[in-house]
Formats: sequence, structure tokens, C-alpha cells
Amino acid sequence: MSILVVAEHDNAALKSATLNAVAAAQQIGGPIHLLIAGSNCSAVAQAAAKIAGVEKVRVADATQYAHPLAEVLATLVVSLAPEYSHILAAATTTGKNFLPRVAALLDVAQISDIIAVQSPDTFVRPIYAGNAFATVQSGDRIKVITVRTTGFDAVKGEGGSASIENLQPATDPGMSKLVSQELTKSARPELTSARVIVSGGRGMGNGENFKILEALADKLGAAVGASRAAVDSGFVPNDYQVGQTGKVVAPELYIAVGISGAIQHLAGMKDSKVIVAINKDAEAPIFQVADYGLVADLFQAVPELTSKL
Amino acid sequence: MKILVPVKRVVDFNVKVRVKADGSGVETANVKMSMNPFDEIACEEAMRLKEAGVATEVLVVSIGPAQCQETLRTALAIGADRAILVETGAEVQPLAVAKILKAIVGRESPQLVILGKQAIDDDSNQTGQMLAALLGWPQATFASKVKIADGSAEVTREVDGGLETIAIKLPAVVTTDLRLNEPRYVTLPNIMKAKKKTLDVVKPEDLGVDVAPRLRTLKVQEPPKRKGGAVVKSVDELVAKLKNEAKAIP
Repeated sequence: MSILVVAEHDNAALKSATLNAVAAAQQIGGPIHLLIAGSNCSAVAQAAAKIAGVEKVRVADATQYAHPLAEVLATLVVSLAPEYSHILAAATTTGKNFLPRVAALLDVAQISDIIAVQSPDTFVRPIYAGNAFATVQSGDRIKVITVRTTGFDAVKGEGGSASIENLQPATDPGMSKLVSQELTKSARPELTSARVIVSGGRGMGNGENFKILEALADKLGAAVGASRAAVDSGFVPNDYQVGQTGKVVAPELYIAVGISGAIQHLAGMKDSKVIVAINKDAEAPIFQVADYGLVADLFQAVPELTSKL
Repeated sequence: MKILVPVKRVVDFNVKVRVKADGSGVETANVKMSMNPFDEIACEEAMRLKEAGVATEVLVVSIGPAQCQETLRTALAIGADRAILVETGAEVQPLAVAKILKAIVGRESPQLVILGKQAIDDDSNQTGQMLAALLGWPQATFASKVKIADGSAEVTREVDGGLETIAIKLPAVVTTDLRLNEPRYVTLPNIMKAKKKTLDVVKPEDLGVDVAPRLRTLKVQEPPKRKGGAVVKSVDELVAKLKNEAKAIP
């Protein structure tokens, strides 16, 4: 049986998380089809056809798919489901939103946030904020899965030559509509795909002080993240949040500044390759996971670090 | 308008969980249990809608062993009017939870179901979406703002790129994110009042729901330990180590 991976995109470009979901599909094994539901999204379809390991790209191009509303997208995916043994999406806010709806309509369980594939029906997923790993086996006829992107190295976006098939749009349930979006505009890389991340916590004191982190980030070509405490205090917008309920990241280098290291934050970043912690409190739990801890006043240490890089 | 708020009893978020030696799960005996924090936010939001005159009744429901009555009493102390415990000793996975909640919705006819976006034990993030699907209702997940007017809800959602606002027709399911509100502290007089409120107990069989799990947990393990704890004395030493030892910067 084949595997359907539901792609994530903005009608112009594919999101990199899709490449991690395809990597998980490759480990399951079997022909891989990619679904692009969008509006005026032929550029995305063309790019998707080049992804290594994808056999077929199926495109539903209609205005109702301009924005990935759960009700509309789930109806389409369910209509295609009988052809597949597995349906995958990246565990982004989009995947987490529509895929459980698909699973319920198919009367199957969803396996959330897998970090490893042990066999076509057995997967490993973190529970309790990553403090335990559960190995779970599904007995359902269709396995519906969200993929934690940090668990799988992205496949190459080049080298493939998939066929492209156009689909008829499914019916629009007409229950929901997009009113507005306030997306954070940034010239810096996206958190979930950045090679380096500089994150700030409550110790930053206020939003204005994040400027010193931004200066460091720009020197390193890094993304800027934050702990829940910094977001709750209103220093930075919600999409900066790294942690159990925010974004899970695993960059080459993670620099935690003024972050104490609550388990909910560690859950979102402890798979980073190298962790640096800068905090004036030597007892902060963040130091227990840091490869390099610097006990110092961040307002002196961070500008000094920026100047010496 | 009636609001249904499902709440889950989970290991308290401050507890450092331990994996059992036999790999069958995590230790939950003699561990502090509390209401799932996202569900507490859901209770608070329902109360605010009631206090604003939008809702007339807030009904809370929990699924699990008899001890879930404590969790329901907490919800009643926050201000909910009435509670239902669907009592079972079995493991109830999200799809089964959604089926039970669908049956409760069938009996109670709420216009809105508000629940946490995920429970902090199994971190599934599924129940609200599944319930909406089974009911054929629209959903607004990861809510940071909810406005109800004229038979529809305008919900601002926390998404990866920032925020988005959607409009959904009622009846609907809303799942809460962290910034939706800050739950009130429960006061002693309200705890006393909560003891007198109605708490009905039913069984999944009474609702005609098969709760047999679809996923089998083969084992639960500790994650690999990270070796940290090394300290550098100065920014110069940090830069040198990042360059030469970790090779994390050019």
C-alpha cells in the first residue's frame, strides 16, 4: 500500500517540515504520494515533484484550499484515504489541527508526534513533555501520523521526478472561514529550520532588551526564540515560543540566554546538538543540559559575545 | 447557551515523572495529580463567557477513575454549575474520549465545547479535533482569544507563523492555548460551595461507547540522558570552545 504525505505550503513555496515528513514516510517504506491542497499553487506542485523519493504529486487547486482550514482539508484527505495504508503530516500547528479530524472521520487512532519508525505499524513518540518515550503499535487499517520534524533528517528537495495528477476539489463543508492573519515578519531564518537559535527568557527583563539577542542572532545567521515566561510576559510574540507546547527545535547550536530551564522548555530544545547557557543564577536547571554554561550577567556577556564573533 | 468543558486529571505539571522499572509506563502511584492546565484555562474561559452573559450554564465532564471527582470539584469551585463523571478504570485513548464526549453532547446539547489543546501526560493534541469531526462541527484549535456573537465565534489562534483569526458557526469546538486567559485562584468559600453542586456518575457502557484502545503501548523508556554541566569562565573561553571543540561556529 502507498503512503500519503500531506504537504504544508503557503501557495508559493513548500514548508521545509514537509521534507521531514517525507523522510519518515521513507522509513515506513512503500510508494510515497504527496498531496498539495492550495489555490494557485502550481509552483508548489512543480517544486514538490522534485523531492527525492516522491512517486506522485496530487494537486487539489481551488479557492477553498487557499488557507488550510481543518474542516475543508480533512474532507479532501478522507476522500483519498481508502487508497493508502498511512497518512502523514508534519506535527506543525497545521498538521496538528486537521489530521486528528481525518483520523476520527476514518474511525482510527492518530499517532501524534512520532520521533522514530520501528516498523510499518510501530512508532516511538515522546510523552510527558519528552520525559519518557513510548513505543506504540497501531492495529488500525490506516495509520494516521503526525511527524515531529526534529526526529527525521529532511530528504533532499532536488533530484526527484514525480508525476503530477490534478484532483477534483472535495465538497466545502462551509463551516469556517479565515478572517485575518497577523504573521510575524522577519528576515531571520524560521525557528524550526534554523541552524542556530538564540533564545531569551524571563531574565531579558523586557521586550526592548531582546535587541541584544537580535544583534547576536544576526551575527550568527540565527533565529530568535523565547521561553514561555518571556512570551507570557509579552516580551515577544507567541510564535517565538520554544517548548513542550510551542515549537520543538533541534538546531546545531542553541544559545539560551536568561532562561532558567523549566522542563517544559527543555522538552522543546534538548535535542539540539550543542547547547550554550548564559545565566547569572549558577543553580539554574538549564546548566544541567548545557554543553557550555557561562554564569554571567547577560547584559554584559551577550554584547561581548557578539563583538568577539 | 450551555457550554461543555471536558477536564482531565493528570500528573501535576511540577512533578518530575519517573519511568517504571518494568517499562510499562510512568509512575503515577503516590504522585500529585491535578487538572490538566489547558483544561483549567478552558474552565476559566467558560466562566468568563457566563459572567459576560453569553453562556447560561457551564457543565464539566471528566473521564476516568473515581478520583476524577476531585478534578471535577476543582472545576465546580472555579464556578462550573454541574459535573458529570464518566467512571472507568480502563485506559481511554483520545478517539474513545471523543466518542464519549459526543454521547454527552447528544444528551446535553451544548452550543460550545471548550477544552485544552492537549493533556500534559500523553501530549496527544487530538481530542477536540476528533470530537468536532464526530459531531460534524467546526473547530478552532489553539485559541488565544474567543468572541461569541450572532451564532458564530471569532477565534484568534496561535499558529507557527504568528496569529490568525477564523470565524466558525456554532455549535463548535474550541481548544485553548496558554495565552487565552489566566485562570482565577480557587477560594475557600467557592470550594465549600462546590461540594454542594450536582455531580452525576455514569459509565461508558451507559453511553453505548466502546472504549477499547486502538494503540498498544509496547514499552515506555527514559529518553537518552544528555551530558551537560560543563562550565566556562569567560566569553573568550566560550568563543574558543565553540570554534575549536564544538566546531559550532566558523
